Amino acid sequence: MIDWGAIFSNAAVELISPTTAAYALAALGLAVHFGYTGLLNFGQAGFMALGAYGYAISILSFGFPVWGAVLVGIGASVVFALVLGIPTLRLRADYLAIVTIAAAEIVRLLFTTNTFEPLTGSANGLSGYKGGFAALNPIPEGSYGFGPFEYNAYDWWLRIVAWTIVVLACLFTWQIMRSPWGRVIKGIREDEDAVRALGKNVYSYKMQSLVLGGVFGTIAGMIFVLPRAVVPSNYQTSLTFFIYAILLLGGAATILGPVIGSMIFWVLLSFFSGFIARAVEAGWLPFMTSIQAGQLRFILVGVAIMLIVIFRPQGIFGNKKELAFVK
Amino acid sequence: MSSNPVPSSKPVKSIDLHIGEAAPGCKKRDPILVADGVSRTFGGLKAVDVDHVEIPRGAITALIGPNGAGKTTLFNLLTGFDKPDTGSWTFEGRSLSGMPAFKVARMGQVRTFQLTKALGLLTVMDNMLLGAKGQSGENLFRAMLPFFWRKQEEDNKARAIDILTRFKLDTKKDDYAASLSGGQRKLLEMARALMSEPTLVMLDEPMAGVNPALTQSLLDHILNLKTQGMSVLFVEHDMHMVRHIADWVIVMAEGKVVAEGDPHEVMRNPAVIDAYLGQHHDEDLGADPSAEKEHVVAIKELLDDEL
Ligand SMILES: Nc1ncnc2c1ncn2[C@@H]1O[C@H](COP(=O)(O)OP(=O)(O)OP(=O)(O)O)[C@@H](O)[C@H]1O
Ligand SMILES: [Mg+2]
Repeated sequence: MIDWGAIFSNAAVELISPTTAAYALAALGLAVHFGYTGLLNFGQAGFMALGAYGYAISILSFGFPVWGAVLVGIGASVVFALVLGIPTLRLRADYLAIVTIAAAEIVRLLFTTNTFEPLTGSANGLSGYKGGFAALNPIPEGSYGFGPFEYNAYDWWLRIVAWTIVVLACLFTWQIMRSPWGRVIKGIREDEDAVRALGKNVYSYKMQSLVLGGVFGTIAGMIFVLPRAVVPSNYQTSLTFFIYAILLLGGAATILGPVIGSMIFWVLLSFFSGFIARAVEAGWLPFMTSIQAGQLRFILVGVAIMLIVIFRPQGIFGNKKELAFVK
Repeated sequence: MSSNPVPSSKPVKSIDLHIGEAAPGCKKRDPILVADGVSRTFGGLKAVDVDHVEIPRGAITALIGPNGAGKTTLFNLLTGFDKPDTGSWTFEGRSLSGMPAFKVARMGQVRTFQLTKALGLLTVMDNMLLGAKGQSGENLFRAMLPFFWRKQEEDNKARAIDILTRFKLDTKKDDYAASLSGGQRKLLEMARALMSEPTLVMLDEPMAGVNPALTQSLLDHILNLKTQGMSVLFVEHDMHMVRHIADWVIVMAEGKVVAEGDPHEVMRNPAVIDAYLGQHHDEDLGADPSAEKEHVVAIKELLDDEL
């Protein structure tokens, strides 16, 4: 009837997939913004789009090497963060939320419009930029691994690079958040006027945080497009909300939360979609078409996340003690 | 006012602070802060309209006045938390007008808030450490490399423990600030301000909501600041406290400085009584018996000079 083995192994594959790594890194960026600094960035999808397009366009249109393309993407997101931050970071927190959500949509529409078709590929997006990255692969040709985790050399190379970046980003964030710099950042989250009264340049710290988390998002955007093509419709606002869901699932002001949150999110998503698709095939859900079934998985993931947020509102790694004081 | 909190030892008053007659805006021998023509309006309301005021150095100055007199607004203006419509001021001879709040604080003029701002989800110790100045670990690049800041951090911690012990908060150092009581938060906010080694401490109602036992130690702390060479400007409504610890009193009403002087003299100034009771208190007193009773109590408190 239902091939449970296939469902579970497909779900397990998501544990270490590069997409999971990309979402984890993007969520870590949001942890820096929202969890630690209290900045409401609703435009993480925009930062990811800049990484994806910055990387792909640099290679396809300008023939940049991999490192050059990475720097272009990072540079673009630094500029984007400055453009968003300069007018809004002096204002109340909600202004940043409004501006980021709008700016991310503008970015996506600019990449979608026909006007820049030769550069961006318009709605069809871009592909064929992976050669440079594949050429750096030191792993000899062949297939490696066991069970569901059996991949060719390129796929292993991609996973190793993606997760190495995630681990380094986690270590980096962990280190700066326990430093005096992180103390100022967390102070700003609690009450920025109090921090200002102690002689800290709050505006500058908020800007540093916005840039840093944005750069994480941008690198995540590059990892995200290495196993697939660049498609503009991937960078809708819903992407930002999925990343927020991951962040809240894992714990907003934590380092491991975004990583484990991303793993749970993708494993659950894969599990539900595998299960529903097969259940429809097997005639368990006669009232549904397979297209409706494709949507149902998001509903189920939504329910699963709601349950976690209700029964563990601080997230998986969040500190229960902190929650006692949330207004 | 039966349980009158009194500092444990009789405070040593600084005298001879001003030059000439003790009038609004009078010159001080050694002013630390001088403000000129500072005004701020909210809509049609002139919240602050100060012609000239000088805050003496090395003394405790009280800023008093009825609710809505503009004391907090003046604090906000002088510390860069609000922008004035007009006016300029200098701190230790350097102009501060238009300077952002964080730079004002770095220059040694540190304030607390009327509504306490404890950083709830930081520990008491982290609250304290945030107050320390010139930390190299607050730079993002050096933050990555602990050997740049570990030594400084240890020194700051030792100093924080020292101050916390004086404020009897040392046992709470690892608790979240959010778990402190209202009065303890007031203490923490003051202790945190001291971590930055300020030269002028500006306290907005440091005793509000603090029980008499704590008030007592707070008074001692404020007196200590003076002993350590700091100047203090504080807003307070309790006249007894003002009389006990202040060396100089500035009275504001409707945005203006209406009187200045020695705490004992200033209470007798008719302008002060006017400020608290309104310009037409003679008529009011006759008209409304309950208002009369209130007024008598208020005047008694103002003039009550038993100590
Ligand atoms: N942000 C603001 N917007 C509008 N009006 C304000 C604002 N801040 C203060 N005011 C007004 O300015 C006047 C002075 O207020 P301020 O807070 O300075 O009084 P205060 O002397 O500190 O009073 P209290 O003793 O009650 O703390 C009040 O009439 C108040 O309503
Ligand atoms: Mg006030």
